[in-house]
Amino acid sequence: MLIHPEEILETIKMVTTQHLDIRTVTMGINLRGCCHPDLETFNSRVYDRILRCAENLVRTAEEIQNLYGIPIINKRISVTPIAIVAESCQSEDLVSVAHTLDRAAHEVGIDFVGGFSALVQKGMTPGDLRLIQSIPQALATTRKVCASVNVATTKAGINMDAVALMGRIIKQTAEATRDAGGLGCAKLVVFANAPDDNPFMAGAFHGIGEPDCVINVGVSGPGVVNHAVRELRNPSLGEIAECIKKTAFKITRMGEMVGREVAQRLGAQFGVLDLSLAPTPAVGDSVAAILEAMGLESCGTHGTTAALALLNDAVKKGGAMASSSVGGLSGAFIPVSEDEGMIRAVQRGSLTLDKLEAMTCVCSVGLDMIAVPGDTSPATISAIIADEMAIGMINKKTTAVRIIPAPGMKVGDMVEFGGLLGIAPVMPVHNFSSEVFIARGGRIPAPIQSLTN
Amino acid sequence: MSSSRFVITVIGLDRVGIVAGITRVLAEHQVNIADIRQSIMDDLFTMIMLAEAKGENFDLAAFQQAMQAIGKELGVEVIVQHEDVFRFMHRI
Repeated sequence: MLIHPEEILETIKMVTTQHLDIRTVTMGINLRGCCHPDLETFNSRVYDRILRCAENLVRTAEEIQNLYGIPIINKRISVTPIAIVAESCQSEDLVSVAHTLDRAAHEVGIDFVGGFSALVQKGMTPGDLRLIQSIPQALATTRKVCASVNVATTKAGINMDAVALMGRIIKQTAEATRDAGGLGCAKLVVFANAPDDNPFMAGAFHGIGEPDCVINVGVSGPGVVNHAVRELRNPSLGEIAECIKKTAFKITRMGEMVGREVAQRLGAQFGVLDLSLAPTPAVGDSVAAILEAMGLESCGTHGTTAALALLNDAVKKGGAMASSSVGGLSGAFIPVSEDEGMIRAVQRGSLTLDKLEAMTCVCSVGLDMIAVPGDTSPATISAIIADEMAIGMINKKTTAVRIIPAPGMKVGDMVEFGGLLGIAPVMPVHNFSSEVFIARGGRIPAPIQSLTN
Repeated sequence: MSSSRFVITVIGLDRVGIVAGITRVLAEHQVNIADIRQSIMDDLFTMIMLAEAKGENFDLAAFQQAMQAIGKELGVEVIVQHEDVFRFMHRI
């Protein structure tokens, strides 16, 4: 037998007890051929296009899941940013496009569709503005649609008018989904340097420059890494990095195999493999648990940023060795509500918003799934976004904010979103005002780091 | 997918008739055993087989279902996976 029995048992244990899974197979669909001035015609073209491309997506993913015995948790679709393809529509209101996406998503049986999006890092077109203003209603009246707005890049700087607007839009979205604890905000991301090929939600969209139809795969496995690190006997940090790297390698190889097989069967191009340690509410499937396994008493204490830097870098190195198609976000996610270890750290008082912000300097995304008090002002939310965008812009990396000002909730309350979105403890924000700074508007110029030509 | 070979893993408490039960279902589905390893670790019966589907109209879903059913009958867990998953994960 060419394959060693121990290797077989190791793989099986990863799946059965350590929560290894393919988190998502995401099909990117180009909608540029759907443009039409009449909104109804546009909507029906979008619907038909999605159904044509994705009718076999779910069935194929399930076949592959059974063939390899590796669970594929989510099947998703990302589309060309709607602000671009709906620019020529003669309509003030783009909520009906979100309804069309939602209908198509239900019809093909996928879990989420991303791309109710606009890219406004340097300025806004009328279409961008119409889309952004449609977000609260769109997210309140659909179940599977996700929205994202890119407000900054290293090349363009930060569009502070858009940052100010997004503070208000997030508040309106929370209000519009008040009965569900502000759930709409869990489907809305504000980005700096948004990747074109990210398979993870809520920020997935099918970027300009992507092929007509593409399969991107997101693999996860914090539980596997956590387990591997805890198996080591009194390791040095170098040994921990080595162990994480090897584990990431194995996880990535599996994701690539699945992605290529799905793409081939669907006649689509294989895009990227995104190896991101995306935690789930399951015990042990936690990024915080990995940091604590390295020797921190509780995630968020001094040393957390260093431990996370080691983790994130080792994950990337393992992934890069295993596949030539690593892309998307690839690193460690730190969504508070989705990570049982993070939730406990917040409740213990060891993890704060400020520490999370510091952690985003060295990991793959940003302030993710964070609930703040319902009475947090739009300007404060904008200021939180601005800080995060600055980190992304200066460090030439993706950063994002997915924040939920939970209506009627105060610090210490728990907001329940259900499923993979988990439970969020409401965290305090600074009470000093950022109003005047945010009201100034304009653009924070592109940094010196942008002058690379 | 490079072949029609599958790794079948059987794990559970040891008892009489496990190998007989499992191999009977294999034969019914025209699945040939290319290699087989079996050991008892801490009273836990572990059998790993490399098997190849020989039938032209081999139906993986039906085979997996039959294997699960016999596993349930014998009180063991039976997992059927294409061999590529292990090859890809552990070999370059």
